Amino acid sequence: MTTATPTVGAGAQAAGKPTTTAGRVRNRLNSRTATLVSIVIALLWTIPTFGLFVSSFRPEAEIKSTGWWTFFTDPQFTLENYQDVLFGSSSSSGQLASYFINSLAITIPSVLFPLAFASLAAYALAWINFRGRDWLYIAIFAMQIVPLQMALVPLLKFFSTGVTLGGVQLMPAWDLVDEQKFAQVWFAHTCFALPFAVFLLHNFVSQLPRDLMEAARVDGATHPKIFRTIVLPLITPALAAFGIFQFLWVWNDLLVALIFAGGGNETAPLTVRLAEMAGTRGNEWQRLTAGAFVSIVVPLVVFLSLQRFFVRGLLAGSVKG
Amino acid sequence: MEFDFAEEQPKFLMLMYGLIAFVAVVGGLLLLLDVVPAWFARRREAQLVAASTGGAPLPRRRKPREGLFALFFLLPTLLLLAIGLVGPAIRTVLLSFMDSGGNDWVGLRNYGWMFSEDSIVRVLLNTLIWVLLVPLVATTFGLLYAVMVDKARFESIAKSLIFLPMAISFVGASIIWKFVYAYRGDDQDQIGLLNQIVVSLGGEPRFWLQESPLNTLLLIVIMVWIQAGFAMVVLAAAIKAIPGDIVEAARLDGVTPWQMFWQITMPSIRPALIVVVVTLSIATLKVFDIVRTATNGNYDTSVIANEMYNQAFRYGEAGQGSALAVFLFILVIPLVIYQIRNLRQQREG
Repeated sequence: MTTATPTVGAGAQAAGKPTTTAGRVRNRLNSRTATLVSIVIALLWTIPTFGLFVSSFRPEAEIKSTGWWTFFTDPQFTLENYQDVLFGSSSSSGQLASYFINSLAITIPSVLFPLAFASLAAYALAWINFRGRDWLYIAIFAMQIVPLQMALVPLLKFFSTGVTLGGVQLMPAWDLVDEQKFAQVWFAHTCFALPFAVFLLHNFVSQLPRDLMEAARVDGATHPKIFRTIVLPLITPALAAFGIFQFLWVWNDLLVALIFAGGGNETAPLTVRLAEMAGTRGNEWQRLTAGAFVSIVVPLVVFLSLQRFFVRGLLAGSVKG
Repeated sequence: MEFDFAEEQPKFLMLMYGLIAFVAVVGGLLLLLDVVPAWFARRREAQLVAASTGGAPLPRRRKPREGLFALFFLLPTLLLLAIGLVGPAIRTVLLSFMDSGGNDWVGLRNYGWMFSEDSIVRVLLNTLIWVLLVPLVATTFGLLYAVMVDKARFESIAKSLIFLPMAISFVGASIIWKFVYAYRGDDQDQIGLLNQIVVSLGGEPRFWLQESPLNTLLLIVIMVWIQAGFAMVVLAAAIKAIPGDIVEAARLDGVTPWQMFWQITMPSIRPALIVVVVTLSIATLKVFDIVRTATNGNYDTSVIANEMYNQAFRYGEAGQGSALAVFLFILVIPLVIYQIRNLRQQREG
């Protein structure tokens, strides 16, 4: 999307070119102020992040006594904050390296599972004829709005005591300890992601050309075959879009992790640890600034390198183009 | 340097189990979907062969079993939604009519508590302020910026910078802004940008996050900062999608930029505008991370989602927590119905 915009902009401008000299001058002035103002705002928007970033490289004493902007008149640079917050041995240091691995272990399966299940469901809802198809789609769509908060208490109970119906144990309790709790988090994230994932992928799948599908059916291809050989390759951009979405969502999530992963360094992700540090040691800015950047860096890289897909997915989900 | 890689090994092992489970489940499902129809097809072929050689009448061709296929495709999704969302939602509604342990029915007592306790009324009020302000401010800003950037050079860079906070976690963003709001005593150098600005203009430094109701507004700024990029990207795309000849015709008619905005741009992007406002409203109602990280709900800043967490998981009041969750759900329902109506119109149109 963003790569295509400059050419579109230029075309529109050429089409609407005013004929009078005065008009042309005014137009150029207009676009120049617009450029200037929009860049100034964009820079203002980035200042808070930038300030934190600069701070994270300043020595502890400096951070605590002077503002980050003094860095430019009196530059002092250290990597100690990062070292402390990632690998420090004292319990107050953060020990974020361990939590970083937790974040990874939570995120990868939590992206893969909903991706697979939702693409199967989206295909069925778009291309298999069965009764009540539209209603089912709308029902799944509507589930996007069940607030997570509503599901937490019962779902936690589901994990800890299993399912009993009239005294009969239908499903045993999961009884997970330590790292095994990852499974709970995967499960919860997958459930919560499905309504939106089905909605987003359905938008893409249903827009595939009808002729293509019919030709495949006439050639005797079954639904699973069509799904694997035709649909999956064609919706790769949509899969990427949702994958990025889900990645950012899971990596940045606090609530689900707080409840299903517990607070220990065996399972809690970065966000949980950071929120804890912000609460209990809210004035340890040298650790908070570096810690915040450790948690930001992965999603930022993912986001910047795959922004194109992300925007495309966003648009498919919100405005039908 | 104290980081023992060996200690982390169980985590990687668990991750590997997860990936194996993924391959097994998805692969198994696809295999099943392939094998079963193939078996049916073979059986039918055998029947046909037997029928043609034996001279018996051909078995009547049944209609293809589409529904069965659909069931298998949808099975994991429906199962997970039932366990993860539908069941729990029903249970939460039931819990909201029970006491803290979930043993006895208490009728509407939890709801009564919600509207009579002063601190909870404050929470409901805060949520209302959030849900009124965030969508309004973020959408307005996003729209103005989208219109402006449409004519600007370096468009993609400027857009990326605004959009960037989307990638930052609410927790990370809250820390970023806590740093902006940081307070140092009168006699010290300020380290927070906001207080520095106030001081250099001759004012007194203030404890921003402890002054109610200002602190709620300052937390709302964080949410707007994160979400405005989303509004901007969607609206910018909608503006780009306005057909060029309409714009050109309006230009030839000599409309002013003001008229252009209200008579051409606004009507054309109305559907996108609605989607943005509804999406932002829903996201705002559920906001939790910002309040928890920035103030932990102290100093009168708590919102429903945060209070619900406190009640259910910290004070062990499952009934009261559930009542708050149900109230949240009721607030969201009108938005859903509106969204569904829009969706149906789009599908028909």
